[in-house]
Amino acid sequence: MLKIENLHAEIDGKPILKGISLAVPSGEVHAIMGPNGSGKSTLSYVLSGRDGYTVTAGTATFNGIDLLAMEPEERAAAGLFLAFQYPVELPGVGNANFLRTALNAQRRLRGESELDAVQFLKLARAELKKLSMSDEMLKRNVNVGFSGGEKKRNEVLQMAILRPKLALLDETDSGLDIDALKIVADGVNALRGPDFSALVITHYQRLLDHIVPDKVHVLAGGRIVRSGGPELALKLEAEGYAGVLEQAA
Amino acid sequence: MSASTETVETVNALAESGYKWGFETHIDMDLAPKGLNEDIIRLISARKEEPEWMLEWRLKAFALWQTMTEPTWAKVGYPRIDYQDIHYYAAPKKKAGPKSLEEVDPELLATYEKLGIPLKERAILAGVEGADQPSQIAVDAVFDSVSVATTFKETLHKAGVIFCPISEAIRDYPDLVKQYLGSVVPQGDNYFAALNCAVFTDGSFVYIPKGVRCPMELSTYFRINARNTGQFERTLIIAEAGAYVSYLEGCTAPQRDENQLHAAVVELVAMEDAQIKYSTVQNWYPGDENGKGGIYNFVTKRGACRGARSKISWTQVETGSAITWKYPSCVLEGDDSVGEFYSVAVTNNRQQADTGTKMIHVGARTKSTIVSKGISAGHSNNTYRGLVRITPRAKGARNFTQCDSLLIGDQCGAHTVPYIESRNPSARVEHEATTSKIDEDQLFYCRQRGLSEEDAVGLIVNGFCKDVLKELPMEFAVEAQKLLAVSLEGSVG
Repeated sequence: MLKIENLHAEIDGKPILKGISLAVPSGEVHAIMGPNGSGKSTLSYVLSGRDGYTVTAGTATFNGIDLLAMEPEERAAAGLFLAFQYPVELPGVGNANFLRTALNAQRRLRGESELDAVQFLKLARAELKKLSMSDEMLKRNVNVGFSGGEKKRNEVLQMAILRPKLALLDETDSGLDIDALKIVADGVNALRGPDFSALVITHYQRLLDHIVPDKVHVLAGGRIVRSGGPELALKLEAEGYAGVLEQAA
Repeated sequence: MSASTETVETVNALAESGYKWGFETHIDMDLAPKGLNEDIIRLISARKEEPEWMLEWRLKAFALWQTMTEPTWAKVGYPRIDYQDIHYYAAPKKKAGPKSLEEVDPELLATYEKLGIPLKERAILAGVEGADQPSQIAVDAVFDSVSVATTFKETLHKAGVIFCPISEAIRDYPDLVKQYLGSVVPQGDNYFAALNCAVFTDGSFVYIPKGVRCPMELSTYFRINARNTGQFERTLIIAEAGAYVSYLEGCTAPQRDENQLHAAVVELVAMEDAQIKYSTVQNWYPGDENGKGGIYNFVTKRGACRGARSKISWTQVETGSAITWKYPSCVLEGDDSVGEFYSVAVTNNRQQADTGTKMIHVGARTKSTIVSKGISAGHSNNTYRGLVRITPRAKGARNFTQCDSLLIGDQCGAHTVPYIESRNPSARVEHEATTSKIDEDQLFYCRQRGLSEEDAVGLIVNGFCKDVLKELPMEFAVEAQKLLAVSLEGSVG
């Protein structure tokens, strides 16, 4: 389970997260919604260990391990996966090579045996099939020349192959048409199970039609201002953030 | 023939040193006194048991060199070289080598692996007798001033291919050597080439007869061993009409706190429809992080596409040397001949590289392609300098140049200096250049997926160089990839 307590973080001395407390038990999917600038992306970066964010107070643990004390790659090996809002292009780096290198790096850190090229290809092809994606995806360079939708699908493919225990989806739905949205949702839903939890960060309710969350939290001004069941997302959609925030205030 | 045990010991010492400062090796050497004069040249020529014409050729070059001045136009800075403070001849004294791979220290083999030499070649280089049997690559190994091992002579001989130390070729094939030596890079071509002509001690000679496709990759491995010694190797490759050869060159040197001079000359001649593919992985000692020590690499490499439809490709991965001054070039004389230059140059710490190519279009419809990838890290300086010259006769000539620079950190420099001279209006010359940085986003993305920072840099750099690496022969490409990662260790963070 992911447990965040009183988390404060700042960038260049500017406080962004101002005391977030949140628990996502294993097997649950929680959604975090909130207006622009509320700290949604910062939360995902702080949890995954990006440079430039200073944690000034609070803790974040995953299955009892102190996340904040680990390097980003160690967090990845511990099972944390961040689906990026803006996936990064790596010119000249083949997707298959990238994924196998990443998977084997994680396996090495966990003390597991590495997969050879044949074993990896078998695994990757099986996952591609489940996601209705073409094998071509593996041959292309990481995100280079991908459309917005293709980039997000590639994130989902990576997630399927790396099999995280905790997925952070940072506005993975932004810029997606309805078909791509369904593929992303199917990818997340396929991983759902007692040992998987996810934090779905989104601006809109529509993704949550496809990934039905166990809980919804509203983030505003660096704090969780309201929590509830899936119906809270519908309420936000109907009344807008302003209405809900007013009630919370 | 086996390499000497001194070789094994020296490389061993290199492994033990862990690339740390101040390691010392003691080898039993046959060493000429320091300094350069006619007597030294006579001594070299005598040691090599050369014919009189060769000595005359050297003395003529020496006379030319004395009238020349060291070039200063490159973007490299170094203290004045005292040419009288260098040994111009050094040869290890031979003893019996180890009998099998098992007798060689595993750490030594691991070192070769890290340096980027395929295993079977490593066995040869470690001096294991008979280790050449299963290999698919014929190797000529040059330590300091002499060639210590050439493998596969028999197999090649059956195909009519001559692959031997150039010192041997001068004795055994004087007519061929006389005809081609200096025909591409003349004695007075430039300061360093003239010096090489005067004092070169060994190198490889390759002759592929008409219509023969060389049955295996040919490879020469150069190593500077002795202290205060210059290495001046000379390579001459001739491909007769319709012949094909792929040639690999690897170089390393142990680390020392003083600089060492390396001034090589490579000449390639391709006749009608012939093809020469020349690949280099240059890993001379680059000096330490403060710029102390390292090899001064002043090299003249040039190929002449003499015949119609001939083709010469230079592929180089340059990771070593304190200073690199090197412009592998093609003179496209034959109509429809093709010149290619694919280069990756990596500089880290205080390294300085000024490298590029010259494509001289003489024949009609000649074509050249230049792909240069420069990677700078630390406090290094990396310059691409290239000339594309279209002469009036070169009707319909075409050139495409792509120069990309990748910066790691904010203390390094990347420079692109293209010279284009077109004297034929029907020619087409294209030049593209980009400069980019490995950014935080890319590093974080890789690390979030589980890669360490260094693995991430390695992956991104290899991606950046892919267009060049894919031109290398398979096993060389794999080793070059590893070498890139080793060269950039510690460059981030």
